[in-house]
Amino acid sequence: MEAYVNLFIKAAFVENLALAFFLGMCTFLAVSKRVETAIGLGIAVVVVQTITVPMNYLIYAYLLAPGALAWAGLAEVDLSFLGLVSYIGVIAALVQILEMTLDRYVPKLYNALGIFLPLITVNCAILGGTLFMVERHYDFGESVVYGIGSGAGWAIALIALAGIREKLKYSDVPNGLQGLGITFIIVGLMSLGFMGFSGIQL
Amino acid sequence: MSDMRKVVIDPLIDNNPITLQMLGICSALAVTTALLPALLMCAALISVTALSAAAISLIRNRIPNNIRIIVQMTIIASLVILTDQLLRAYAFETSKQLSVFVGLIITNCIVLGRAEAFAMKNPVGVSFLDGLGNGLGYSLILIAVATLRELFGAGTLLGYPILELTQDGGWYQANGLMLLPPSAFFIIGLLIWVIRSWRTQQVEDPDYQIHEVHRTDVY
Repeated sequence: MEAYVNLFIKAAFVENLALAFFLGMCTFLAVSKRVETAIGLGIAVVVVQTITVPMNYLIYAYLLAPGALAWAGLAEVDLSFLGLVSYIGVIAALVQILEMTLDRYVPKLYNALGIFLPLITVNCAILGGTLFMVERHYDFGESVVYGIGSGAGWAIALIALAGIREKLKYSDVPNGLQGLGITFIIVGLMSLGFMGFSGIQL
Repeated sequence: MSDMRKVVIDPLIDNNPITLQMLGICSALAVTTALLPALLMCAALISVTALSAAAISLIRNRIPNNIRIIVQMTIIASLVILTDQLLRAYAFETSKQLSVFVGLIITNCIVLGRAEAFAMKNPVGVSFLDGLGNGLGYSLILIAVATLRELFGAGTLLGYPILELTQDGGWYQANGLMLLPPSAFFIIGLLIWVIRSWRTQQVEDPDYQIHEVHRTDVY
């Protein structure tokens, strides 16, 4: 249990996908103008990340990894080169299914998320989470925790940035830095702050 | 001919994918701690962007509109797998350093963005050049950031010592911050400032204008 808590803290804060690995930056910068939309997108990312990482773990472990097809009598087959196509396929399909399910059963949440739901397919934080899971050889339980943790970390960073940018509207920024430039500098400072979490272990 | 040249040159400064279009920032920052992985990453990205633009433009009239994203993703993913396998075969050590970031070219917004915005509407040749140009614009920023970070963070370029470090008896105290994530954000932010001071038409309008207060002096 302790190992899982530790992994969660590590995934959410120490190795924050947005601020330490620069993943999902495009959406991160584009959708962080207002806190409300940031919260909506943050929730959507946590949900999708929590489902896709374990899902891709199952696909990797039982279909693609070297020797994974042993249950079908094909022990020497190694399909790991098909990884990228399968993961992105799973992500795209899951996002689509999630969209249809939400539309059918929870229309309120569906309307709140709006356009951001389909956009999650091309969010590198989602694919990045899966790829890190494969690279670090997590098992099933770990991949569930890693999915939740990394999604939550990304959402926290996004909402915090949106809060800062809302206040920033009223500040007097030099012309050339206006907009994208000053946002990068703020994200740099936030990333510096999040580095303070490094070394924390339970 | 000048049109063709414009398609390639434009994305370098005037319409740079990173500093102006806000595309492909995700992977731009992570691989820039040293110059060599950055160069490999650029080569991989340029080839994927140019080839996928050409391939998508080749079949643009046959792709049904409602499944075009999936078709584009499949083409891009196949090209990325090819690049990944080539890198693993010929540059194994550096491909380890790049870790997941080669795979992440799939979700790099430059590739899909240019496929959607340009290759779906234009013939093969121009699309290829547009992909090439945007790949080069991305590389320009990546190489600039990587050069600064490796030079000031470790005193080396491509692994060769340039500034002599104090621990080897030289004069330069390495700036460890340069090798950490925050510095990448700062450098890109400052680069944007430099480019926009030079090309002032790129400056964004402020969301909220602070009004100048005009006072009538009463004596």
